[in-house]
Amino acid sequence: MRDVYIIGVGMTKFGELWGKSLRQIFVEAALSAIDDAGVDHIESMYVGAMTTGLFVGQEHIGALMADYLGSAPVPAVRVESACCSGGMALRMGFFEVASGNSNIVLVGGVEKMTDGADVTAALATAADQEYEVYQGVTFPGLYALIARAHIARFGTTRKQLAAVSVKNHHNGSLNPNAQFQNEVTLDQVINATLVADPLTILDSSPVSDGAACAILVSEEVMKKAKRPAVKIIGSGAATDYLALHQRDDITVLNAVKRSAERAYKMAGIGPEKIDFAEVHDCFSIAELCIVEELGFVEKGKGGPFIEAGNTALDGKIPVNSSGGLKAKGHPVGATGIAQVFEVVEQLRGNADKRQLKDVHIGLTQNMGGSGASSVVHIFKLAE
Amino acid sequence: MPTPRYTREIPQRYRLEANKCKNCGRISFPPRQICPHCGGRNFERTRLSDQGKIVTFTTIRVAPTQYSSQVPYSIAIVELNEGVRITTQVVDCKPEDLGVGKPVKIVFRKMYPEGKTGIICYGYKAVLV
Repeated sequence: MRDVYIIGVGMTKFGELWGKSLRQIFVEAALSAIDDAGVDHIESMYVGAMTTGLFVGQEHIGALMADYLGSAPVPAVRVESACCSGGMALRMGFFEVASGNSNIVLVGGVEKMTDGADVTAALATAADQEYEVYQGVTFPGLYALIARAHIARFGTTRKQLAAVSVKNHHNGSLNPNAQFQNEVTLDQVINATLVADPLTILDSSPVSDGAACAILVSEEVMKKAKRPAVKIIGSGAATDYLALHQRDDITVLNAVKRSAERAYKMAGIGPEKIDFAEVHDCFSIAELCIVEELGFVEKGKGGPFIEAGNTALDGKIPVNSSGGLKAKGHPVGATGIAQVFEVVEQLRGNADKRQLKDVHIGLTQNMGGSGASSVVHIFKLAE
Repeated sequence: MPTPRYTREIPQRYRLEANKCKNCGRISFPPRQICPHCGGRNFERTRLSDQGKIVTFTTIRVAPTQYSSQVPYSIAIVELNEGVRITTQVVDCKPEDLGVGKPVKIVFRKMYPEGKTGIICYGYKAVLV
């Protein structure tokens, strides 16, 4: 396989973008990435989107976006793996460049969630319709089931869960692209309106619009570009039982664990070499479980690890310096690529007020549903 | 829900019909074509017992449209006596009555009416023993 580099990234602000359409936000992010990369064309594109059909009644996203980007007749396809559609689109683009089939590939993600669709029902299509959703379960409900099991098994506290949201809101307050740029306190998180016990609205990522894109290139194109580049040194993906109740251990996100193992293996490094990470904190409990599955801390110790500040901007391993899904926003299909945007900006030293010191290797982790699919990538600043 | 889709699941929703793998003996609910434990493809039909215990639980406060009139309602993952787990509502009790490990019995209940003129959907729910 050939080496693959990222030489440009772009994203829209995340939030309630009522004045802009699905295609507008995608093209805005794509142009921003293309300009950042300084390329005059692309050869292929992959667009991550979870359920544009339910959100805005539009499918055939690959062709639509290639058309409005003025890039037709390039091959373009939409990639779907629920909330990790974006991360999986990156993986498809990575393999296309690595295989030698293309030298310049645009990977992107987009979602337009605030146009009036029944968002709870649309998101629930990522769960088992016949044996979870039929019973009345929701996504906050599924993560609440994980949270309760984690609390019962490991003694994780309500305060430890809230610490995830407090940290991510602080980080989001330093990110001009974030949907929420306000701080919250532990008390505010714990006492906010309950969505599914024990999770409150402030444990939950919001409903958002947004898009993000990245330009992947071969070594040859990277050298001609003469600009700071980030090398993708690991890519891993995995799946698990779709229905949460089928998993042997409700507290284990096995797809996350397996996707990380595969990415670490490709990169030839372990979790101890990772300087910072962007992870899929769709709910506070998710980030807590993910730092365990990624190997940053022993299984069951995620709560105390986060509470002690290890994942803060100045901690041992900063997690979600962007504000994460919680504060930056979670336009589902765009999230996986927005994570890449943050990692690339941090590695290139462009993260301004939230810039991490002395970071060389970053990781992204993006997952679908209640963890039935997960994709992990590892990035290093190119020499 | 389209009627064919509803009808196909009746054996599971009304009678908890499952598949027992003839190779490894593990039970799959709902039935699958391939046993996830051993890859076996031969099964015999079995019915799950109506007794189990709560593995984890929550109370839903924000529901999708068809359940919005029922909030708050409690949901649990229940492990039945055969070791099979299901997601189910726990009814006829207060949210604070639920607990990990508490015994439950599975009962046949109305789920929701399909709009104003559609069929009434039924299925299983749990009650505390």
